[in-house]
Amino acid sequence: MEARDGQLFEFLCRMGDNTLVLGHRVSEWCGHAPVLEEDIALANTALDLIGQTQMWLGLAAEVEGEGRSANDLAFLRDVWDFRNLLLVEQPNGDFGQTIMRQFLFDAWHLLMLKGLTESTEPRVAEIATKAVKEVQYHVERSADTVIGLGDGTSESHARMQKALDLLWPYVGEMFVADALDSALAEAGIAPDPASLRAEYDAHLETVMGEATLTLPESGFAQKGGKSGAQHSEHLGHMLAQMQWLQRAYPGASW
Amino acid sequence: MRPGTEEIWRWLDAVPDPEIPVISVVDLGIVREVAWAGDTLEVAVTPTYSGCPATSVIAMDIETALRDRGVGDIRIKTQISPPWTTDWLSEKGRARLEEYGIAPPRAAGGPERCPHCHSTQVIRISQFGSTPCKAQWRCSECLEPFDYFKCI
Repeated sequence: MEARDGQLFEFLCRMGDNTLVLGHRVSEWCGHAPVLEEDIALANTALDLIGQTQMWLGLAAEVEGEGRSANDLAFLRDVWDFRNLLLVEQPNGDFGQTIMRQFLFDAWHLLMLKGLTESTEPRVAEIATKAVKEVQYHVERSADTVIGLGDGTSESHARMQKALDLLWPYVGEMFVADALDSALAEAGIAPDPASLRAEYDAHLETVMGEATLTLPESGFAQKGGKSGAQHSEHLGHMLAQMQWLQRAYPGASW
Repeated sequence: MRPGTEEIWRWLDAVPDPEIPVISVVDLGIVREVAWAGDTLEVAVTPTYSGCPATSVIAMDIETALRDRGVGDIRIKTQISPPWTTDWLSEKGRARLEEYGIAPPRAAGGPERCPHCHSTQVIRISQFGSTPCKAQWRCSECLEPFDYFKCI
């Protein structure tokens, strides 16, 4: 691979691993959500994310040119090869925690995809243009639900505040640019993550205000997910379940 | 002799959508192009939602329908750009959706009226529904829940 393709491959894995890991996490709710409408909404969100994964990892495999497929990347890589944000691999917790995680991600995802629709790499822009339409629905719903539960009963309010406090340290990683991010921004392939922060913060302030929730003041950021340097212990457990069939029966197909 | 593309479009207009069988894959606007490349018939299909499980079934149904008509050499191409939009639903498709009990998409972001009793007093239950392309609404007049084909 040429250097530019190598960078593009890494970036596509970051995008595809985010949607794959979160899509799998959200799918864990299938059949378990508090009410039928929420079960359906979660399953649909998971489905969109897995569909987007097929596009991101499909392109990653094509750029890599080693004969691997999107499925190979999803099911045959181990923890250290995953490039997703730490936020998306965090366990579901209760319904409120799942929705809080979703909103914190969706709000970033929408801004990122909007930036990517202007990418100088046309294949990236095409995928982003497709995905952004779906993600607009995701963020609309997760924001509404955060508001509904935050500004709900004392029990739901307390749980949402706890979820926000728990997940807040994972927000920073989305906006800290590393060498790859800077190179991609330079080449016009992806927006500089730091440039998305102001709009993200403004959106969060509005939603958390309506939800009567308090944004934590700490700026501390847990890092190591998108670089692959250090995932949390949760990812390995999730992959053990997600990849079990392909590992036990190599090459199995429907 | 190979059939002309106009005739092929007519054949494809008889292939039902697997989830909403009252409309065809052509009504849905997901068949983007039909063209001969030598002796190979190329059909470009665009997915509605990127994870929609019906997409692969649709590709198979198109292939089967064409084979039944004697076209053996077929290539189905997935085309994601420009992305599918509900603006591509045909007028015939919109009318059939409503007859079937699904409110057709509208730029205003919600259904014009209840597909059952035609009352305009409708409320949204959830932005997500039985398939990725639909939302759940309810009529305040006849109290029936119904699907709304949401705009994208």
